Amino acid sequence: MARTAVLGRLGAAAPIAWRLAELVELVPETPRVASLLLSVPGWPGHTAGQHVDVRLTAQDGYQAQRSYSIAAPAESERVVLTVERLEDGEVSPFLVDDLRAGDRFELRGPIGGYFVWDEGSGGPLQLVAGGSGVVPLMAMLRHRAAVGSDVPATLLYSARSPEEVIYREELDRLGGGDGGPQVVYTLTRERPSGWTGYDRRIDGEMLAEVFGRPDADAMAFVCGPTRFVEVAADGLVALGYDPSRVRTERFGPSGRS
Amino acid sequence: MESADLKLDGNALGGLLGEIFVSEMTVARSTCAACGAVREVGALAVYAQAPGTVVRCPGCDAVLLRIARGEGRIWLELRGVSCLELRTGS
Repeated sequence: MARTAVLGRLGAAAPIAWRLAELVELVPETPRVASLLLSVPGWPGHTAGQHVDVRLTAQDGYQAQRSYSIAAPAESERVVLTVERLEDGEVSPFLVDDLRAGDRFELRGPIGGYFVWDEGSGGPLQLVAGGSGVVPLMAMLRHRAAVGSDVPATLLYSARSPEEVIYREELDRLGGGDGGPQVVYTLTRERPSGWTGYDRRIDGEMLAEVFGRPDADAMAFVCGPTRFVEVAADGLVALGYDPSRVRTERFGPSGRS
Repeated sequence: MESADLKLDGNALGGLLGEIFVSEMTVARSTCAACGAVREVGALAVYAQAPGTVVRCPGCDAVLLRIARGEGRIWLELRGVSCLELRTGS
């Protein structure tokens, strides 16, 4: 009896089990990026910034596994993943192109307690996104809006072109609202005519102009390709940000394939 | 491609370590046996392209832990970690 009780308790505490997720709706975000709205029975809830592991199994038993950030705020019943299709990817083309409403696949999560923010974490909240690295940061901004937090927030978002900016309308709406975050774009390859914003890769000067000297309570989150993250994190530390309050999520050289 | 391009964060270990430990491991604090630096696992440097996963100290680059899996088993080598501090939730 005692043994059963102990095993039962350990089983209940085990944080991550594989679950079946069902696609409810696929929402195109950009030509290469889509958001997957998922129904996940038994989902325990999550915190903004967390991710899931997705596992696909072929008929011959071959398995491919990748991590994807959750885009939905903690308040959402649906698990929402925003996925960029990588041409040579094993997993992302299936998720973005082949999956249909009602299809199911395996995921486990939510995962991570380090790269997370909720209103109790304080701020100011300083966010730096490279490409699809905006996804976990968007979950933080959506959570901030959902709870009506007045923690100051700034997002510096680097994208190659205006059409590759994910969540553009929502970011502009959030940024234009009362108490909304300050949203600053830098467009590194193509810009609309008359563009007066930043037009280069992020650097120390840009970080200084956008974020300035750190508040002692500032929390910074940086997500993007590995090199992007190194430049942004090193730049923030050079501005005086406490390295332990500059949290990074690198997604490698090719993104989350 | 340089190895620097392949670096990930300890955050990427959450799922794998979640198969081994009951605690949320990205907020566990590890002490580097080589330089003594104490960091949360989420802040460590991770290289996942090898046959196994190699985790290094971002300060001194020493190997902290190595994880390999296969044939229904997981191997966890912790030789580079002198202390691992986990949250118990109580």
